[in-house]
Amino acid sequence: MDFLTILQIFDSSLRLATPLLLACLAGLFSERAGIFDIGLEGKMLAAAFLSAAVAAITGSVWLGLLAGIGASVAMSLIHGLASITFRGNQIISGVAINFLAAGLTVVISQDWFKQGGRTPQLQGGARFEPINFPGTVGSRELDGVGPLGQFYSELLSGHTILVYASLAIVALTWWILFRTRYGLRLRAVGENPAAVDTAGISVVWLRYSAVLICGVLCGIAGAYLATALQAGFVKDMTAGRGFIALAALIFAKWRPWQALYACLLFGFLQALALRPDVIEAAIGMKVQVQLLDALPYILTVVILAGLVGKADPPKAGGQPYVKEN
Amino acid sequence: MTAPAIELKGISKAFGPVQANKDISIRVMPGTIHGIIGENGAGKSTLMSILYGFYKADAGEVFIAGQKTEIPDSQAAIAAGIGMVFQHFKLVENFSVLENVVLGAEDGALLAPSLRKARRELTSLADEYELSIDPDAIIQDIGVGMQQRVEILKALYRRADILILDEPTGVLTPAEADQLFRILERLKEEGKTIILITHKLREIMETTDTVSVMRRGEMTATVKTADTSPEELAELMVGRKVLLRVNKVPAKPGAAILDVQKLNVVDDAGVHRVKDVSLTVRAGEVLGIAGVSGNGQSELLEVLGGYQSATGTVQVNGTEIDLSGKFSDGQSRRARGIAHVPEDRQREGLIMDFHAWENVAFGYHHDGAYQANGFMMNNRAIKEDTDAKMGRFDVRPPNPNLNAKNFSGGNQQKIVLAREIERNPDLLLVGQPTRGVDIGAIEFIHQQIIALRDQGKAILLVSVELDEIMSLSDRIAVMFDGAIMGERLPAETDERELGLLMAGMNGSAA
Amino acid sequence: MKPIPGWADVILIPLVSVLLAALCAALLVLAIDEDPVEAMKLMIDGTLFRSAGWGFMLYYTTNFIFTGLAVSIAFHAALFNIGGEGQAMLGGLGVALVCLFIPWPHWTLAILGATAGAMVFGAIWAAIPAYLQAKRGSHIVITTIMFNFIAAALLNYLLVNTLKPVGSMDPATASFPAATHLPTFQDMAGLLGFEGMFRGSPANVSFFLAIIACFVLWILIWRTRLGYQIRALGHSPSAAKYAGISPTKIIIVTMLISGGLAGMMAVNTTQGEAERLILNFTEGAGFLGIAVALMGRSHPFGVFLSALLFGFLFQGGAELGFWTSIPRELILVIQALVILFVGALDNMVRMVVGQAFHLVGYRRA
Repeated sequence: MDFLTILQIFDSSLRLATPLLLACLAGLFSERAGIFDIGLEGKMLAAAFLSAAVAAITGSVWLGLLAGIGASVAMSLIHGLASITFRGNQIISGVAINFLAAGLTVVISQDWFKQGGRTPQLQGGARFEPINFPGTVGSRELDGVGPLGQFYSELLSGHTILVYASLAIVALTWWILFRTRYGLRLRAVGENPAAVDTAGISVVWLRYSAVLICGVLCGIAGAYLATALQAGFVKDMTAGRGFIALAALIFAKWRPWQALYACLLFGFLQALALRPDVIEAAIGMKVQVQLLDALPYILTVVILAGLVGKADPPKAGGQPYVKEN
Repeated sequence: MTAPAIELKGISKAFGPVQANKDISIRVMPGTIHGIIGENGAGKSTLMSILYGFYKADAGEVFIAGQKTEIPDSQAAIAAGIGMVFQHFKLVENFSVLENVVLGAEDGALLAPSLRKARRELTSLADEYELSIDPDAIIQDIGVGMQQRVEILKALYRRADILILDEPTGVLTPAEADQLFRILERLKEEGKTIILITHKLREIMETTDTVSVMRRGEMTATVKTADTSPEELAELMVGRKVLLRVNKVPAKPGAAILDVQKLNVVDDAGVHRVKDVSLTVRAGEVLGIAGVSGNGQSELLEVLGGYQSATGTVQVNGTEIDLSGKFSDGQSRRARGIAHVPEDRQREGLIMDFHAWENVAFGYHHDGAYQANGFMMNNRAIKEDTDAKMGRFDVRPPNPNLNAKNFSGGNQQKIVLAREIERNPDLLLVGQPTRGVDIGAIEFIHQQIIALRDQGKAILLVSVELDEIMSLSDRIAVMFDGAIMGERLPAETDERELGLLMAGMNGSAA
Repeated sequence: MKPIPGWADVILIPLVSVLLAALCAALLVLAIDEDPVEAMKLMIDGTLFRSAGWGFMLYYTTNFIFTGLAVSIAFHAALFNIGGEGQAMLGGLGVALVCLFIPWPHWTLAILGATAGAMVFGAIWAAIPAYLQAKRGSHIVITTIMFNFIAAALLNYLLVNTLKPVGSMDPATASFPAATHLPTFQDMAGLLGFEGMFRGSPANVSFFLAIIACFVLWILIWRTRLGYQIRALGHSPSAAKYAGISPTKIIIVTMLISGGLAGMMAVNTTQGEAERLILNFTEGAGFLGIAVALMGRSHPFGVFLSALLFGFLFQGGAELGFWTSIPRELILVIQALVILFVGALDNMVRMVVGQAFHLVGYRRA
């Protein structure tokens, strides 16, 4: 196994980690504010569909991105309405949103495109294209370049813009949460909404804003799936990523930079699952493809079992705020 | 003449049928420490919530520094210069002191400048009021006394001129309480107005300039502290009411059934709730534990009921019982000769969404008499038993199929009592037997307790209602701050003396 | 919130919620250029007016009864078991192992063995999330969802590698021996002289097993000590402490029963219909069980009625898929809307119904 193969796997990991990361950050905003969101999966799926659909129809991937964000935000508002205004069960609301997205996406895509629940293959301007930094060599010439050059061309350069954007969003998230007034209040409302309420700040507005941010980020995640990572929407294409993002969030103890590392780890596992030959070469044993596919989910359970340290969620998470006293 | 810092005129607030505040009028002068004293349920918290904008009064007006002020929410209260230190702190536990102080009072969208400014302010506040604190300490790492200081600093940072403290010493050690009062003195010197809500007479006498007494939603008196005495305040606080006396023959106590020696309870938060309590209850007698709630009585009951751990020795009928907090179900209690009517029937004694007959089996669901065979319960037998119990205890409506939550408080309590009393225990633990119970049911319940006593059972009664204690008990022990303040015989004492003991004054310094 | 009478809370709220869900679905149908009324007529004609339609409907109903009961019993302990899909898959494994490797002389014995196998395997699959919730506070919702995915991977592996007959390309087991085949409604109708009824439909005797399960669960929940403790814990963990009910024990036992019930669905699908174990045989029934349980208010009789409704919708959806361009996934949308209105927006529905009662002069006595 050579250096280039390792780079390829890392390259793949980064691309696969991106939707996880965006969904994870989405969940971070929501849960830090005290609203549990099991519906990341559904929002991503809805966004994946609408972004691919609009991109296919208009030929513009940016319009698609906007549409995808819109779909996700709409679902967030439903979740917000149920959780915040009507103080309903947040878990059930999230589950409902997942099913809603799964059903709506197929029904509408069938109606619009008549292709059995998928959108047409996206081409050209309807997709995000890789961005090559200056001085990048093509894949055929990689053998002739030294390790640094390979690192630059293969791993750093050549990703779609959303990948770079998501890395920037990690930094932005950290900055918002820990360097702004808004972030302080957001974190407070998830720990002790009464403290926020008695300080004269609206708990409801804060939580709705968090839910909206969650919707936007899930929207980008879903759009990325359908217009960058793949070329179109297919039924159930999120394949549990929304739940893996939740596991990563818990693993990261609800912190942005740790979320990046957690999602890279999960991305790495997914990348490995695509290269069973590499694993066989590395450990000398054939690993079943189903086991590789199941690894992210197994790791999630292990994390939740607290076997990798105890994770304390935001104290007021999942509980509707009722003014007491 | 200076305008009062706060003046309330005719404030009234009702929650459904309960009149929490009735036509309250009060004037608090600036630069004074004004105490508000009253028992649980007197209406103090409601009044303060209105002042802080949590509730809207049904009637009445609020004047701040002579100006009529509307307080529709906390922001308005803060803007009017009111700062409140709640009984249960409103702090974010994993934030630092600085972050908690700044929350909601930030200076602009970016945090760094706000934190810098707050740090400077805190230093100057610390110097001015002797309120030193480490701004970067995390709340969950600092002690309760320090946490309270943060709450005070929060108010001062927001330029509060009026500080309201709700039962501030409940979670403090005596030393921390003394420190608090020194700080309040200092604040007073600087011209702040302080309202101190408490049930502790010593604090009122030693710290306040003026004191108002609340009882059952009304303001019964406002006097200068220097002009009054603890006895007078105690009388105003508990009131001369017509005592509901139960007709009873004198007790004929027999052997000791319950013997408690040096019981100590430390709760999950590390607070020492029961301190070296020793007491005895004999067969055929009622020992009444008087005291304002929160002074260790609940923990005492939970230990004896088997679901709170403790250290010390407890013997029932000569057998030592396990104090690990693990034998909590009705069957195990009964095996030790104990039955328990808990203080909170809605959270512990009953399942509100269960039918009455299901509640009659609660805690006793393994009882052989309630089983049809090895697999199924005999619901019919339980219902018949419920019918019988409802008849004997005059539960209305006598419908075993009604959900517990659909019975009135008194009838709910009768169901719990019937369940526990008819187990024929040697020792009956009963907490707040008539809380939220109407007059007619109160009489009945009292008669039941006396009847049980006359059968030669031992009864440990915990109640915040002094009348009830006086009326039912053969001996009275008063608990304050986790310890027994003293024991009295009902014939040899009165509400005044008991009120003093309940408020921590037993003649010697508390 | 305005008060409403008790019966309204139990019957009217779910009914209004379902009507709201139906309304939304009708709007969706309109939006994709189809006629909701026509669609409804097609569904009714295709399902209720021919015996084969009933045959299909009751087959699905059987599945939903099992998964609905599974979610219901967990709800009684205030637990949300989303793992029905995975538990059913493992149930299928249990059924397959029992039917393939034990030489049963007659289907009456085989069904007993298969049921046991299904229950045990389903329960095992629910045991780990249950233990993690009880002992380590791991949120059972996420762990059961994960176990759904892991079950799918496990089943995939077994069907592709271990249980597949040599030489076959199909990721499935061999067909079960004839002695294990369950009589279908068509068979039973034939025996009674009604040839040609339920032709080609998969409903089989396990439907009656499901009814028995409803009855047994009803007894369990309301007539046994265990059911009593489950309900007490679900209503009030604080009171349970006073009465000595152990949360850990009850959580684990409840989930074992729940998993076992979900597993039993496989008796219908794997032994009753497919007569071999195939991939993805659950077809989302585990999730639909959530909607069934919510609508049926976690009561076995309510579950039965809801399962009938959803069986009708599922089969009706298939009819629509045949004759119109409305895809089967419409059912998913209806399922989601029911869950949303009954489960999460129930306070909103309550407000509306309460206002209606208030307007007609109802005041709580």
